[in-house]
Amino acid sequence: MTQRYVMSIDQGTTSTRCMLFDQGARLVSVAQREQQQYFPQPGWVEQDAVEIWRNVDRIVPRALADAGIAAEQVMALGIANQRETTVVWDRRTGTPVGRAIVWQDVRTEELVREFERKPDAGTVRERCGLPLATYFAAPRLRWLLDTVPGLRERAERGDVLFGTMETWLIWNLTGGADGGVHVTDVTNASRTLLMNIATLSWDDELLSFFDIPKRMLPEIQPSTADFGRTKRVVPGLRIAAALGDQHAALFGQTCFARGETKCTYGTGSFLLMNTGRDLVQSTHGLLTTIGYQLGGEPAVYALEGPIAVTGSLVQWFRDSLGLIGSAPEIETLAKTVDDNGGCYIVPAFSGLFAPHWHSEARGLIVGLTSYITKGHLARAVLEATGWQTREVVDAMNADSGLEASTLRVDGGMTADHLLMQFIADVLDVPVMRPIVAETVSLGAAYAAGLGVGFWPDLEGLRRNWHLAARWLPKLDATRRAEEYANWRRAVELTFGWAQPRQPV
Amino acid sequence: MPGPVQAIERAAAILRLLARGSGRLGVGEIAASLDLAKGTAHGILRTLHGVGFVEQDTATGKYQLGAALLHLGTSYLDVNELRSRATNWADALAARSGEAVRIGTPLEGNVLVVHHVFRPDDTLQTLDVGSLLPLHATALGKVLLAYDTDLAASAQQADLPSLTRRTIVNSSALSRALAQVREHGWAADAEEYMPGEAGIAAPIRSYGGLVVGAIGITGAVERLCDGRLRPRPELVTHVRSAARAVSRDLGAGR
Ligand SMILES: Nc1ncnc2c1ncn2[C@@H]1O[C@H](COP(=O)(O)OP(=O)(O)O)[C@@H](O)[C@H]1O
Ligand SMILES: [Mg+2]
Repeated sequence: MTQRYVMSIDQGTTSTRCMLFDQGARLVSVAQREQQQYFPQPGWVEQDAVEIWRNVDRIVPRALADAGIAAEQVMALGIANQRETTVVWDRRTGTPVGRAIVWQDVRTEELVREFERKPDAGTVRERCGLPLATYFAAPRLRWLLDTVPGLRERAERGDVLFGTMETWLIWNLTGGADGGVHVTDVTNASRTLLMNIATLSWDDELLSFFDIPKRMLPEIQPSTADFGRTKRVVPGLRIAAALGDQHAALFGQTCFARGETKCTYGTGSFLLMNTGRDLVQSTHGLLTTIGYQLGGEPAVYALEGPIAVTGSLVQWFRDSLGLIGSAPEIETLAKTVDDNGGCYIVPAFSGLFAPHWHSEARGLIVGLTSYITKGHLARAVLEATGWQTREVVDAMNADSGLEASTLRVDGGMTADHLLMQFIADVLDVPVMRPIVAETVSLGAAYAAGLGVGFWPDLEGLRRNWHLAARWLPKLDATRRAEEYANWRRAVELTFGWAQPRQPV
Repeated sequence: MPGPVQAIERAAAILRLLARGSGRLGVGEIAASLDLAKGTAHGILRTLHGVGFVEQDTATGKYQLGAALLHLGTSYLDVNELRSRATNWADALAARSGEAVRIGTPLEGNVLVVHHVFRPDDTLQTLDVGSLLPLHATALGKVLLAYDTDLAASAQQADLPSLTRRTIVNSSALSRALAQVREHGWAADAEEYMPGEAGIAAPIRSYGGLVVGAIGITGAVERLCDGRLRPRPELVTHVRSAARAVSRDLGAGR
């Protein structure tokens, strides 16, 4: 009998990967390409949706060829993606109206302030589970409608389509201008500010609050559904799942039961806790989101603590400061010193997300003295990820009334042992990495494979979870408390830095 | 005897050119200086870029000497980068073999463990990244010795401590073992480091075939080996294909 496989595409913020997994959920092939990031103005972050599509076009055939696997052996394709990144394109030509606006982009800050002043602003959170913030898609879409000449009219005529990256990729894969399917899934839709978190459909009140024409929105599907078959790249693949990368990671970590939690360390970092069928509203600065929804079943909800800048601080250190040649070298550089030398970096490049939600905060480096070397800075870069994790874990503990006793981690930054040890130290709990660090890809594959019966049930998937590495806390309590206090003082200094532009 | 390889001569000329003057030149300037077709110069520059000997300024597109040239003598692949780039395949190897996986590089006459994946059976295990293993008594170490003449020579000059009754302590026996490793493309140790334990390892190569580390599994000798202490062929296959996959990602065999 010929072997059968499941394919996943993980369209992340830094790169796009295509992976193939066998029935034992073991990696068989991987092909990957980084995409270019554009920073045209302070606070702006853009990517080229066409470049991302071209990357998919290259890596999917390569993943198959590297492992000598034919398209017929692929039972299903699951897609996971960076969330909230917004692209609008012409339905007849497939050409985007501009670069995709990335989730870290804060150009909509003033627009969001205007929304906050509207009398019905208070209902937004009730309806969609999210605070009004630059992070989500709706203000970006509105910004495009307001600034791209003629776009609103084209949107109202139904000539242009909106999507996040899974929508863009599925539309292109299923034929593009030639019959492409315009769909999204509940997890991605739950990050727009436009979907009602209880009914799981586009909310007319929210659409009119943000003044977005409904015609340009994709149809919302469960996370596992029939998203159609590919007509391009590699024709005939059955797209059986789509979900936001963080939701895919929750699924890949097999956090299927209430209270199960994971944190994924990539460009940003994201702590998610499964809250089961209960829609829990946070009182400590976390978001209510959809964990996942399997076809034909009710949605599973989650609480989320998103951190905007973790791995991207390492990238900044590499690309903008040029102090290291590759991201992993941050660990080598950090190890040249024993501690941070009193230096702290708060990477509020996109304001601060959970639990603070200060869009106007901007990054800073404090504690500089002549003593500080680039080694100390490298340490402060990694420690920033640790302390930001501590803040969201504290918030999660407070919201759930539970004390997390371990932390399950995954993502590109988990290769960094100094960082993982530091996280164990600041949380004072063991940090555990499962045997597939690329949990986003695995989760997308799991959802797709489950959707087509390649894997029978959640319990079977759970049995694939094995511990690959564990870091135990070593830091003494006094030191931890002192350092945390310093971090918190540093965070407070970032608040209120970006001032609204004065009217002339 | 074949004559000089033209492409290497041209590459050397480009490096010399870049080492002069301002040290920043565009592909057109380089082609003009050396009287090469622009396409030829570009091809050589892309290759030199791939191995880190030249760098390209993203804004101007001009080339200059790469940092790797300044550190030719030291290990060119950062160990933390090796771990990052190998993680996916190390995980897959642990899942397939059911055994613990380690990646090692040489450090001061030992094997430095730069990556460790637990045996996937959820028993209590402790990370030993950063610890040192003996070169002559482990499969990882033998791989590193087999492809590094200097390292092997200095290991053989020092005495080879006996760790179990099966440890190779005789320098000519070690030479024979290393020759076998080169012949087969993998190494094993059966109770040579610890009684009851065995290991299988294969080389991780970078561009041009350069060995930059070793990846291997360790586990109970009865799981890894047959009754005559020969490594099980299917495990050897898993280890070698993981090593090849990592090598491919690092640019070997292109
Ligand atoms: N060893 C490392 N130490 C610290 N940061 C790392 C390391 N390896 C990768 N990173 C960071 O992780 C990010 C890439 O992780 P990944 O999970 O692929 O991200 P994403 O899914 O957001 O694209 C990059 O921002 C990079 O800077
Ligand atoms: Mg990712």
